[in-house]
Amino acid sequence: MPDAVAAQGAFLELSGISKRYAGVRALEGVDFACERGKIHAVLGENGAGKSTLIKIIAGVVQPDSGRMRLAGHDVTFATPSAANEAGVVCIFQELSLMPDLSVADNISIASPPRRFGLIDNRAQRRRAEQLLAEIGCEDINPLMRVRDLPLSRRQIVEIAKALGKRPRLLILDEATSALTSADVEKVYAMLARLKSEGVAILYISHRMHEVEALADRASVFRNGRHIETFDKGGRSTAEIVQLMIGRDIATQYPVKPVRTSVRPMLALDNLSWEGRLDRISLRVGAGEIVGLGGLDGQGQKSLLLALFGVLRGITGRVTVEDRDIRPSSPAAAKSAGIALVPEDRKTEGLMLPMSIVDNLVVASLDAISTGSLVDRAKERAAVERAIARLQIKIGAPGDAVSTLSGGNQQKVVLAKWLMTEPRIILLNDPTRGIDVGTKQELYRLMRELADQGAAILFYSTDYDELIGCCDRVAIMYDGRIVRELRGSDLTETNIIASALNIDAASAASAAHA
Amino acid sequence: MLDDLAIRVRQNVGIVTAVLLFCILYVLYNLAHPKGFSSAVLVQNSDEIFALAMLAMAQTVPVLASGLDLSVGAVMTMVGCFASYLLTGTAAGAPLHLDIFGLHLFLGSFPGGISGILLGIVVCLAIGAAAGFVNGCVVVYGRIQPIIATLATGAVYIGIALFLRPTPGGKIDEDLNWALTNSLGDFAQTVHIFDDGAAGWFAPLAWIPVPFVLLVLIALLVWMPFRRSVLGRAVYAVGSAEGAAYMSGLPIDRAKIAAFTLAGFFAGCGGLFLAIQTSSGNADIPQAGAYTLNSIASVVIGGTSLLGGTGSAIGSIFGAMILRVISFFFRIFDIAPLLQPLFEGLILLAAVSIGALGVLRVRNTLELFR
Repeated sequence: MPDAVAAQGAFLELSGISKRYAGVRALEGVDFACERGKIHAVLGENGAGKSTLIKIIAGVVQPDSGRMRLAGHDVTFATPSAANEAGVVCIFQELSLMPDLSVADNISIASPPRRFGLIDNRAQRRRAEQLLAEIGCEDINPLMRVRDLPLSRRQIVEIAKALGKRPRLLILDEATSALTSADVEKVYAMLARLKSEGVAILYISHRMHEVEALADRASVFRNGRHIETFDKGGRSTAEIVQLMIGRDIATQYPVKPVRTSVRPMLALDNLSWEGRLDRISLRVGAGEIVGLGGLDGQGQKSLLLALFGVLRGITGRVTVEDRDIRPSSPAAAKSAGIALVPEDRKTEGLMLPMSIVDNLVVASLDAISTGSLVDRAKERAAVERAIARLQIKIGAPGDAVSTLSGGNQQKVVLAKWLMTEPRIILLNDPTRGIDVGTKQELYRLMRELADQGAAILFYSTDYDELIGCCDRVAIMYDGRIVRELRGSDLTETNIIASALNIDAASAASAAHA
Repeated sequence: MLDDLAIRVRQNVGIVTAVLLFCILYVLYNLAHPKGFSSAVLVQNSDEIFALAMLAMAQTVPVLASGLDLSVGAVMTMVGCFASYLLTGTAAGAPLHLDIFGLHLFLGSFPGGISGILLGIVVCLAIGAAAGFVNGCVVVYGRIQPIIATLATGAVYIGIALFLRPTPGGKIDEDLNWALTNSLGDFAQTVHIFDDGAAGWFAPLAWIPVPFVLLVLIALLVWMPFRRSVLGRAVYAVGSAEGAAYMSGLPIDRAKIAAFTLAGFFAGCGGLFLAIQTSSGNADIPQAGAYTLNSIASVVIGGTSLLGGTGSAIGSIFGAMILRVISFFFRIFDIAPLLQPLFEGLILLAAVSIGALGVLRVRNTLELFR
């Protein structure tokens, strides 16, 4: 229970911390504490508030309310460097390295060793060698540019950089996710040593076996609240999964049709890319909505990009209606009847300063043109049809698309692609940042499109949505599809268990118990 | 150790290529020249190279921070016009007048003699640095893209230059002109050091051109320390990944201001030398534009990425020298000088294409647009 943690000797104490982003609650009245010489795991599903929590501790964002105490003193960190000076060092998921600078430069970037006022390159190099040796990765030459290192080695450099700041509180946010298993062992050994030296360690990981192996204590977060903190062995894996599952008010979803046979539309066989997608085989039939689930960053986005022709160097086979296709660019994917609603609607989905009309017709200019000139009458008719079909709420069609609300912007993106009459629709988290009402409209539209014969591949970070909308859900982990859930198996417990790649059976049995 | 060398060569392949290309071209040029490999040819070439080499260094620093400075040519021109008032070398000093809005103001007399000349040089360089500082402040505090900020300030600097010298004119001390645009021997003779350049130990050095020595000194005493300073490191970091630089607690704003200030200083050096070389001040707008564009070309040929983060002012010096050597070839081979822009353009295209080969390695084509 939380009170057990608030015991004396807490190094970092948070009380009543709240944070909202644009009205959306990220953290609500969080009390949290961690001690020196302990590894403290922070658990929770996507959007549970873990990232916001560590960003507040590390000085990246400021809380709206609440108090933070470090070693018994009230502190506020205006910037990450202010936190660093107080001994709070965070290794972020998004790397904080400068790719064009050398490993040695990067490790000492904040306070390089100096001689006569100038950076002492030799001392800096020795320092880098020494820190890399502390992790057991002497094989990295400090002269190398970070750009030329593979992702896993960059992560090691990131860790060495953090170590160089001699932290009193070290925060690792998914810091091992990119590491090879040999390097993971080395990082474990390093963490154990830091622990024995009295460093407080906050550890965020989606890998349950890591948490079990490392953590002395764990805290579970859900929907921006601190749910429970327990010592090692205090809870079973299955119980932890139960703690992580939210009990939100259910949204209304359109009824799923019962089908006896499905006409195959899209088939993937052994699709691989750059070690990020690993032999993916998947079938999506006409009229089917297939979900892509799992934790963030397990390859779901890459898979959609691969199908849409954005990625180079793909191996494996893609067939549409039994014909091999090899999408080499978004333009090629479009002519094969594929549409993608991309991840970031502001940069990849829309041309914000351009008008609603221009955005709507941009993917189907061929269809409304005579020769190489756009036919104004056809354009107007097509736009009116699209606006009516999706019930997009607009002022005038000539207004800049940036004037619309998030939900209506997303409708414009979708409408743009529907104008191309796609056979296969790829959706990359389309309901992110959209109000509940528009979400439900989108769900209905998806089902309608499926009923008209489209094949839909739908990635969402919201499990509830996957369960409500999808006929089947493929769960990805580390670039692979680890499980396909359908029918009565399609439950939140099963999704989370598969997403964490732990024994689904044990989690399920606990849920029924 | 061999590993280290291999890594360094691989990381500086742009600069190494530029150095090799320059060496080959310059040896060929001297072989073809009737008086090749002589001090006279070397002196003449150094004089012609110096100003552009300075502007190339100037352009490098903002480019490293992923900005572009379109005002370097204008700063050069403005400083040259100031120099034509301040470096006249008249023993009694130069009277300075200001005619503005129908008013005639006497600003006092600028000191003459040797001390006056030294003071004049310092003032000219300070004006260059100040112009760069203004650029930096407009970019950082005005939050304006460098390319448009410096386009505007560049027009202002040209305006000041035109105000100072509506027509070419002014004067530069003859001894100063002679001492800085010839060989070390001539320099020693003019300023009366080393027994007027006759000292025995000095003889083997007497052939070296003064502009060449100045170039090396500026590179060693200004650029190298800057590169190894925390601020210099921050300039590279900002150009490489500004977000990561911020998250690492680097002084981003100060780094950008420093980059533009140093650019102004280098451009000032170029303007000062050009004025000394031509013995006059000239608010030549086409020349300012040409120098700015050539400075960008030099930076690219010298192996610095226009995206920022990688490269060096040393490479840019070689880029500038390559551009100049190409024009030398036109002189000795008697090719129609009108073809010169064509060849310069082709070489620039080739250099840029080599730099762009990395695009082929990108595996996620979405990254090309970020």
